[in-house]
Amino acid sequence: MNEPNHLELTSVAIDFPTDKGPFRALDNVNLKIEKGEFISLIGHSGCGKSTVLNIVAGLHRATHGGVILNGKEVVEPGPERAVVFQNHSLLPWLSAYQNIELGVKQVFKGKKSRVEIREWIEHNLELVHMSHARDKRPDEISGGMKQRVGIARALAMQPEVLLMDEPFGALDALTRAHLQDSLMEIHATLGNTVIMITHDVDEAVLLSDRIVMMSNGPAATIGEILAIELARPRERLALADDARYNHYRSAVLKFLYERQRRPEDNEQDSKPAAAQVSGASDKPGEAADTAALRLVSG
Amino acid sequence: MSTELGINKYRAFNFRFLDQLLGYLSRDHRSSALGHVIRSLGIPLVAVAIFLMLWSVLAAQVQTSLGQLPGPAKVWEQAMVLVDEHRAEREKETAFYERQEKRNAEKLATDPAAEVRIRPYTGAPTFFDQILTSLVTVATGFLIASLIAIPIGVVIGMSNTLYMAFNPIIQLFKPVSPLAWLPIVTMVVSAVYVSKDPFFAKSFLTSAITVTLCCLWPTIINTAVGVSSVDKDLINVSRVLRLPWLTKTIKIVLPSSIPMMFTGLRLSLGIGWMVLIAAEMLAQNPGLGKFVWDEFQNGSSNSLARIMVAVLVIGFIGFALDRGMLTLQRRFSWDKSATLR
Repeated sequence: MNEPNHLELTSVAIDFPTDKGPFRALDNVNLKIEKGEFISLIGHSGCGKSTVLNIVAGLHRATHGGVILNGKEVVEPGPERAVVFQNHSLLPWLSAYQNIELGVKQVFKGKKSRVEIREWIEHNLELVHMSHARDKRPDEISGGMKQRVGIARALAMQPEVLLMDEPFGALDALTRAHLQDSLMEIHATLGNTVIMITHDVDEAVLLSDRIVMMSNGPAATIGEILAIELARPRERLALADDARYNHYRSAVLKFLYERQRRPEDNEQDSKPAAAQVSGASDKPGEAADTAALRLVSG
Repeated sequence: MSTELGINKYRAFNFRFLDQLLGYLSRDHRSSALGHVIRSLGIPLVAVAIFLMLWSVLAAQVQTSLGQLPGPAKVWEQAMVLVDEHRAEREKETAFYERQEKRNAEKLATDPAAEVRIRPYTGAPTFFDQILTSLVTVATGFLIASLIAIPIGVVIGMSNTLYMAFNPIIQLFKPVSPLAWLPIVTMVVSAVYVSKDPFFAKSFLTSAITVTLCCLWPTIINTAVGVSSVDKDLINVSRVLRLPWLTKTIKIVLPSSIPMMFTGLRLSLGIGWMVLIAAEMLAQNPGLGKFVWDEFQNGSSNSLARIMVAVLVIGFIGFALDRGMLTLQRRFSWDKSATLR
């Protein structure tokens, strides 16, 4: 945890064009992240968490302000900022191995020999405990396993920053716990900087160094930042009775349910604001929307 | 639910037998393995039997200028006649060549310097020759169309500008019956394809190009839709990986559009086969269409039965072509769950 200003978001704002003119989804987001830090983004659906992540990934461009990684401005997506997508986004026609290979070949072209590339892919499969499903295609493995492969694909690119958009959102509680443990293990070993979006308060407290809580949109911004000063490695069972853990947990819950009420609750007090909020969820890259769609279609 | 509604409707008529029959049909018989076999084999067989029965009964009611409309028995008889005719023609052909070789051998024996020639056999094409001609023609036309249409579809699916450029042309030509093109194609082929020793017959080219013209559109449109509707998340994956254009196309865009591409190809082949028969009839080009037309003009008492044999064969080949494409799709597509109907 040296090298300050490893990753820096400076007064980031983004407008999305709508029929009624530009709609400001995010405003004045400022965040400095150290190398190796684990950051969780938490907030209600439609508050722009995914948009922040997409801006860091380079998939969206900020209208104002910008992102600087190691002294260079982020202007396009790149493998040094690997993304673990919410729905894994593995190519259905490739095996687990080939899915990872696609990224590895792109990143290590000319840097690693063929044997080294093969070993590196197998090493990464091992890291997420998926060596047994090396040659299975995504439709032949479970949701949790797909997400593991998705994480392996991202890790195999040796990213400086790992961006995770609700990586465990669609998984059952048990699988989720397993993957959280794997992720902590991997983070302890590799020390990547991680930004993770989550809806799960326990997950945020368990995994993060800092929890970034976002206010509701429109013009969403960072409401509060909570530093989680729990020693690592963390044990979920031991922490369940830990007073500080529960304090952090209730702090996040208070923020979410008292200071920032759900957008639906606001509907009763101020109709126009609610209308704008629902407008916000039509924007591209909104995690909640895609999650809802997936629930419907799945 | 719909079957239940049906039953209730019939109950109102108080037909006990019908009521029981519909009740039986609406129940699910998938419970036992035997039931499954009965369903998947028995039901189609019963349906075909009913069809044949209705055909033979109804056909007997129709008197045409060429005699009674043939029933299944008459058609089957003519099918056998066509097979026999084909065999006889083949025997005649072999005998013809044997005679020539014998004569040439004799000639060479008396005078080793003699110039010998083998004359080609010029008998009329049989039903089976016509089938083969049609199959080769449709395959050629379809292949040419696919080779043109898939690249165009991929390119216009990927580029909005090109899509806008091509779209009006495609929309304009798509609804045109390829038969309307036939005279133009015929004239162009006659004018352009001039050679002393043509490798392809002009009639073959005309038919094949007509098939090509109608096979283009479904493939272009479906390929373009498939290419342009690649999952946005997968495109984001390629952006994060910074895949070069070619890699992105080969690894992501093409595989993900294969199911749509095959939909287009299957549509194309189906239309191409139908159009080919019509084109052959219209232009008197060799093939099954010509067979049908010749029999119609011939007007013997067997003509209608022979035409019906052709009709059934055309249907069967169309079905087989579609199944063939499905097998190819299963072979090449990653999406094995594609519903196959």
